[in-house]
Amino acid sequence: MTHEEILVKLRQKFGEVFTTSEFRDNRRIIVPAEHIYAVLEFLKEQCGFDMLAELGGADYLQYPNAQDRYGVWYVLVNTTTGIRLIVKTFANDPEPTLPSVFPLWKGADWMEREVYDMYGVIFDGHPDLRRILMPDEFTAFPLRKDYPMRGRGERHNFPVITRPES
Amino acid sequence: MPLELADAIALPEGPEREYLWTLNFGPQHPATHTTLRLILTLEGETVVKAVPDIGYLHSGFEKLGEHLDYNQYVTIVDRKNYISPVANEIAWFAAVEKLMGIELTPRCKYLRVIFNELMRIHDHLLCCGAAALDLGGFTAFLYAFNQKEKIYDICERAAGQRFHPSYLRVGGLLADVDDTWINMVRAFIRDFPKAWNDIVRLLNRNRIFIERTKDIGVLSKEDAINLSCTGPIARASGVVRDLRKDEPYLAYRDFDFKVVCAREGDCYARYLVRMEEMLESCKIIHQAIENLPSGPVNVDANSKVTMPNQLSVYRSIEGLIHHFELIMSNRQWHTPVDEVYAAIESPNGELGYYVIADGSGVAYRTRTRPPSFIHFAIFPYLIVGHQVSDVVAVLGSLNIIAAELDR
Amino acid sequence: MALGGLSESVLVTQLDKLANWVRKNSLWPMPFATACCGIELMATGASRHDIARFGAEAMRFSPRQCDLMIVAGRVAMKMLPVLQRIWLQMPEPKWCISMGACASSGGVFDTYAVVQGIDRFIPVDVYVPGCPPRPEQLLQAVIDLQAKIQRTGTITGKEFQQQRLWPHPPKPLAVELPPAEKIVAPGDFASATRLQPDGRP
Repeated sequence: MTHEEILVKLRQKFGEVFTTSEFRDNRRIIVPAEHIYAVLEFLKEQCGFDMLAELGGADYLQYPNAQDRYGVWYVLVNTTTGIRLIVKTFANDPEPTLPSVFPLWKGADWMEREVYDMYGVIFDGHPDLRRILMPDEFTAFPLRKDYPMRGRGERHNFPVITRPES
Repeated sequence: MPLELADAIALPEGPEREYLWTLNFGPQHPATHTTLRLILTLEGETVVKAVPDIGYLHSGFEKLGEHLDYNQYVTIVDRKNYISPVANEIAWFAAVEKLMGIELTPRCKYLRVIFNELMRIHDHLLCCGAAALDLGGFTAFLYAFNQKEKIYDICERAAGQRFHPSYLRVGGLLADVDDTWINMVRAFIRDFPKAWNDIVRLLNRNRIFIERTKDIGVLSKEDAINLSCTGPIARASGVVRDLRKDEPYLAYRDFDFKVVCAREGDCYARYLVRMEEMLESCKIIHQAIENLPSGPVNVDANSKVTMPNQLSVYRSIEGLIHHFELIMSNRQWHTPVDEVYAAIESPNGELGYYVIADGSGVAYRTRTRPPSFIHFAIFPYLIVGHQVSDVVAVLGSLNIIAAELDR
Repeated sequence: MALGGLSESVLVTQLDKLANWVRKNSLWPMPFATACCGIELMATGASRHDIARFGAEAMRFSPRQCDLMIVAGRVAMKMLPVLQRIWLQMPEPKWCISMGACASSGGVFDTYAVVQGIDRFIPVDVYVPGCPPRPEQLLQAVIDLQAKIQRTGTITGKEFQQQRLWPHPPKPLAVELPPAEKIVAPGDFASATRLQPDGRP
């Protein structure tokens, strides 16, 4: 099944809810958040995309001509034919929320936790949405563009042990 | 995570709770190699549940990528998977060059292939040696390290640094290699099969090693696909997928090699796949080094993506301006305002970069698809039902590199 | 210990020397290996460089059995409490080698999550530069530490009671750059100007 056939199938099922774009060899479809789960489910069940190769997010706060704040992409792979498809969706403040794809691909577990940890995007239906890389007591979302690279002084906030004390 | 919280996650509710106890494993433990932590729930010696807790080496790699330009970021990328640094660089520049639409010279492609395969050998040596070390076989580790030192020497000769070569640049390499380097690689692949054989004779039919790895941590093919596994781990479970064959990048189309697979999906199969892959890598290096094309390693200087050579910077105004344009932080490269995903087959699996460019010389977002991160996520599925002592065997077979895990 | 009560008024020079000689030649390192430097630490222990020549090959992963902590690799915010706890668990006399640029100063990782030098939070005896240092450099650090033990060590551990050899511990970051500032790229003259010691540009 080629990309064109997949797009035809998707159009038959969902009409014009999504847009497509292309850059080099990357084929992308951009789906609004309310349809993302249905589209991904359809892609997995009907089009053979059995592997979620990658799930990541970005903050488009300072991006030229960006309309939405948080973007999340799903790179799907069909392991029999080897073709890739990138599905993108967007979420917005104040409560960026997306449906979790954990029921479809178990591999999404940690990747969604990481996006939550770094950007604060909440994945509805995730079984265990906790911080994964940052400490639990950390409050900010460090990869957001409004968080400074050197942090807000959290890295100096520890007791000092001197020789006589230890 | 405080232990009370860990208890709440790890222990189930109900009367059976009394028979279970929690074992904290790491973050500073010899078998974790670096820094990762497991909270194991045990019933006697059997693991009932494992909750990994990571992030002990989170250093903000991706945030740094938003502040360093495409060439500067190579130093950071190096430190991501420090067992196969050049493979990271190849993945990073695969994405950047796809973004900018640069076609490399044949010599550069071949050299990158050689480095990629050297790194594969390097990574698998450490993985197999350290796995044996954790299971009590110190000698295999020393044999492996002896060969690793030779690869360090090869890197040092080419790039000047033995551990983090930072050898690649946008559109080419830091410098061309010389004849001594080629002879070093030839000598390495000549001697390597003998050393490989030593390790194989020590481990492959070693009763203790087999008993501790066979049928431990079995990953089925369906699970491997559903859990996004790639690389040797997926291939050991029967997923015939290798980006070198499926989506040939660089010059992999030119070489004759096999994709090593196994069916069992246990720790022993993963070990065997890694060992066999080393020999295949040797084959690729042999073909590449004997057919190394001549010509420049960098793309044409007029394309304004690579640094001009020193002589032209010192002697001509065009060279000076060209150098200035690339070095000044407000000029540099002009990239399309778009985003791109590119992946290579790194020793650990699919290593991809999702780069979002905003037209300047600095990436807007550099997302890594880290194989270690995804492979460590399968650990709780693999260990349940096995003994505490198998934790080390499974961890060793997954080859978790903490810097790539936490970034 | 009987000598403990006398340590203020009695000098035991020859005994000191003997103890120092014994201690310096049987350092038991605790490899606190977090990142890349840990692999070079392994290389130092492996066959080509062989740290056993200096009597420091008995790597023990339990802090209770060690007297030399080698912090190899960057220490993230989440890891620092662990590091401090392990340091406190080690028995006296104990020393610390900070291996590599990241452990000593944060190195290239000037980010929100990385501690900018472990010496801000625990005492350090020897710093090893390099990213990562070559095994030879680490061996040199062990030799330097041996010289330091021979020179300053006392059997009662009096040297640990003093603050340090130099009068004050490292200051907090001399100039904490404003959070929003980008990394200074070469050629960006507006922000690359050297800062004065008092923090004025």
